[in-house]
Amino acid sequence: MSVTKDTQLELHRMMMLIRLFEEALEEMFSRGLLHGTMHLSIGQEATAAGACLALDKKDLITSTHRGHGHCLGKGADPYKMFAELLGREDGYCRGRGGSMHIADLSNGNLGANGIVAGSLTISVGAALSFQLQKKENIVLCFFGDGAVNEGSFHEALNLASLWNLPVLFLCENNQYGMSMASEKAVAGESIASRGHSYGIESIQIDGNDVEAVYESVSTCKDEILSNNRPKFIEAVTYRYRGHSKSDRNLYRTSEEINFWKDEKDPIKRYIGKLLEQGITEVDLKEIDEEVKNTIRTSVKKALDSPLSPITNLEEDSYA
Amino acid sequence: MPELSVGQAINNALSLILKEYPNAFIAGEDIGIYGGAFGVTDGLLETFGEERIKDTPIAEDVIAGLAVGAAMTDSKPIVEMQFSDFIVNAMDPIVNQAAKLHFMYGGAVNVPIVVRGASGAGTGAAAQHSQSLESWFCHVPGLKVVTPSNPQNAYDLLLHSFVDPNPVIFMEHKLIYKIKDDVVLNNIPSNSELLGQAKILSEGNDITIVSYSNMVNAVKGAISSDELSEISAELIDLQTLSPLDMQTIITSVSKTKKLLVCQEAPANSSVGSTVISNVVQSDAFSSLSIAPKLVSGLHSPMPSAKHLETTVIPQKEDIMQAIKDMV
Repeated sequence: MSVTKDTQLELHRMMMLIRLFEEALEEMFSRGLLHGTMHLSIGQEATAAGACLALDKKDLITSTHRGHGHCLGKGADPYKMFAELLGREDGYCRGRGGSMHIADLSNGNLGANGIVAGSLTISVGAALSFQLQKKENIVLCFFGDGAVNEGSFHEALNLASLWNLPVLFLCENNQYGMSMASEKAVAGESIASRGHSYGIESIQIDGNDVEAVYESVSTCKDEILSNNRPKFIEAVTYRYRGHSKSDRNLYRTSEEINFWKDEKDPIKRYIGKLLEQGITEVDLKEIDEEVKNTIRTSVKKALDSPLSPITNLEEDSYA
Repeated sequence: MPELSVGQAINNALSLILKEYPNAFIAGEDIGIYGGAFGVTDGLLETFGEERIKDTPIAEDVIAGLAVGAAMTDSKPIVEMQFSDFIVNAMDPIVNQAAKLHFMYGGAVNVPIVVRGASGAGTGAAAQHSQSLESWFCHVPGLKVVTPSNPQNAYDLLLHSFVDPNPVIFMEHKLIYKIKDDVVLNNIPSNSELLGQAKILSEGNDITIVSYSNMVNAVKGAISSDELSEISAELIDLQTLSPLDMQTIITSVSKTKKLLVCQEAPANSSVGSTVISNVVQSDAFSSLSIAPKLVSGLHSPMPSAKHLETTVIPQKEDIMQAIKDMV
């Protein structure tokens, strides 16, 4: 499969948008503008961008506590995301959800989930709806390496396989569940091999190679729809920042972090590839400036927008 | 008007729902060919087929979780927890997901699911198949909790739970399944107005007795006994435990000046203790002539032997004694 130039530029743009969105959040956090914590995916942009851009708007995703990238990838408005993190009325959840719980149904994002593996079984239910409704769409379920040791991971994979559900399980293996290295947490051959155990065709890919992610997800989607079988991708990646804002990084070395930043960074690598293929620095600069401008204006607009009013929160608990 | 058991009444309600709502389906353990452990889904597989009567592996977490995901995507799932004790394996999708998503996502999604489960003791099934865990769910904002006590309200409450836009925990006491009565087979309602409404089963002036689920039937036995024929008791069946219909209780207590609550569950942090707490904090407090009383199950796991089991669960005689002590 060859990726068109337009798609290549879009993949680059999306990775830049995710990176700059989260760097802007970090800056706002350090200025004391944000209440609460957040989980940044800086370094992992290729999985979110590559996977989401391979989907149609009507395909659904479920996301994780580290979900800003998934949300942007699926087409969310950065302004409404900043507004959410700032507790504004225009935020996706009107300040009720915050960083960990953004849902954007109009773009097919069933929501980020603060419970590790919490969205696995939900994705199975959404895929069941697609099957019952005879829709030609898939559900892409994002989860991290930490999720694969939860019972619900196994119950979800088992049922998806038994019922031939149109779901693509995408494990973003960033190699640490908070401080726990996945090699200390995951028994057996690999995370991908767990998919095989349930009769689900599973592959391991370089999660920092955005085109590899894009092509794998595109291929998996086609196969899910033509064979009526779920699929499983383990995308190996790395997060540069701590688990959340309280992390002192005691469980890994700065050499290790710097190796991934210097040698494996998904954005840097992709820029190198694009330049080799004839895309010019001017093309990329134009995109980067546009993204910077989007972030700048979105932050400003969000900061200027009104706080979510204090309504009857007890009533808001019920539909 | 057919005479139906509670099990048959629920079966009729499920059948009507499946007929009227093409996007409704049922999932759970042994609900297909077996007809459910208590026979509630008997015959539905033959009528509606495997696509909509979905036998699942023994995997409560994904049973509840798939209901959440399906409900968010225009399906209308009803799932069965074979014994409500097993719901413990499904607490994340119910408590952290179903109950929270509407609020957490700023009202952008609804999670209209019904989780049915067979609750309660009296069958000698011992500690892991006999619990009354309903108050756990009352503690969680976002959930509704419903407990029928007879064929008619089992039928009606299930239909109302189904059309409610929120997740509903529907606890069916095992001992009510075989209770029979004439049932009006009402149509599916346009809204869930019945949820949150207690029902006054008998009017009286001497004492207000609040109960729910199968304990309502024990209270009925107690107040209709010859020994208490002189006492005029007002019996209120809560029907819905969350939200609680406190207004009906407060109005009644203001009239009778006495409050007795009867439940099978243990007392600590329970529905009964909440009812009493709410009454004591209400305007009805000043009308109370004596302290309210809670007759509840013992704070003990359910034993299997019959004589021990009946020691843990309040019996008709315990309720009669409490009434005599208070009036």
